[in-house]
Amino acid sequence: MSEILAFYIAHEVPLLIFVLGVVTYLTRIGGYLVLSRFENIPTPVQAALEAVPAAVITTIVVPPALSAGLAEITTMVVAGLACFRLQPILVIVLGLAVLVALRQMGL
Amino acid sequence: MSGASTSNNKQVLKSEWMDGFRDLLVVMMPILTFGIMFGAASSAAGYSIGVSVWSSAAIFAGASQFVFLEVFKEGIPGWSVVLAVFAVNFRHILYSAAIANKVRDFNKWQKAFGFFLLTDLQFAVTENRFSNFKGKRKITPSYYFGFGIFSYALWVIGTVVGAVFGSLIEDPALIGLDFVLPIYFLSILMGFRKRERFFPVVLVSGIVSLIVKNTLGAPWHISLGALAGIAAAVIFSMIYPSKPMVIEDEEEETTLV
Repeated sequence: MSEILAFYIAHEVPLLIFVLGVVTYLTRIGGYLVLSRFENIPTPVQAALEAVPAAVITTIVVPPALSAGLAEITTMVVAGLACFRLQPILVIVLGLAVLVALRQMGL
Repeated sequence: MSGASTSNNKQVLKSEWMDGFRDLLVVMMPILTFGIMFGAASSAAGYSIGVSVWSSAAIFAGASQFVFLEVFKEGIPGWSVVLAVFAVNFRHILYSAAIANKVRDFNKWQKAFGFFLLTDLQFAVTENRFSNFKGKRKITPSYYFGFGIFSYALWVIGTVVGAVFGSLIEDPALIGLDFVLPIYFLSILMGFRKRERFFPVVLVSGIVSLIVKNTLGAPWHISLGALAGIAAAVIFSMIYPSKPMVIEDEEEETTLV
């Protein structure tokens, strides 16, 4: 048992990544295995399922963005507005350009 | 197809592969660029090239891999990373339910491997092809894997390039690499903005996660903040009854139920 624990501690990052791969795979095959068997999904369950990704990503975005400096917060506002017009990949490129420029100006 | 000759079959098979590859060409640059960005961000976070590439090869999901970089830090337990990745990938459950009847003719192993490759893009092109043929032509394994295997290869290659590039940069902050994750997640988040109840969910999750982060601390702000947002969605759906469920993608809207 302690050998297993020692093995885990020694290889924590690759093993955790493997587990994350398994979890991702389970979500990718899960709908086929489970959800497609149901004919109708109750409305509150639908609402909950639909809300999950946006809810989680918000908790990952908001606290670090608001605790950062002025340059970072400005970048997030610009990037957020750019999302209405641009593809995600272009939003990221634009965001990084704005951030680097603002930092150069000493913000 | 049963009446066709063998050579005819081969030709059809080849053109199915080519169709998959052709559809991939359109999105080749974004896949490569995202792969490079992940590799560079992973290097900037202090991971070796091997670990970064292993992440792309084993997970093959940009959002999951970026969540790992953002959430897994000193003192954060592994289970909370697993939970966050599971939740971020929830949309895949809807994809796989929607795609189920389009890959019914795949054999057991093709299904097992096919669902591993079910990214947002794979879902979008498969749904798009199916609706282009109005359901008259099936999605073949050749088409599906023609797109999927090449996109997997591009993702891994991009990661190698980005990781090598990132490991050469002494100060990641100089080109903003330290802040690529929040911008990336913001762009993903905004992609959901047309969904019903988007704003109440974001508002409630955002406020609760801020409060929890400053009281209980990490990693609880993720799970509790998300639960609050989900609860808000359920309550809103009861007050304002919704339309049938739709899954968003760039190409079209697909009705699931």
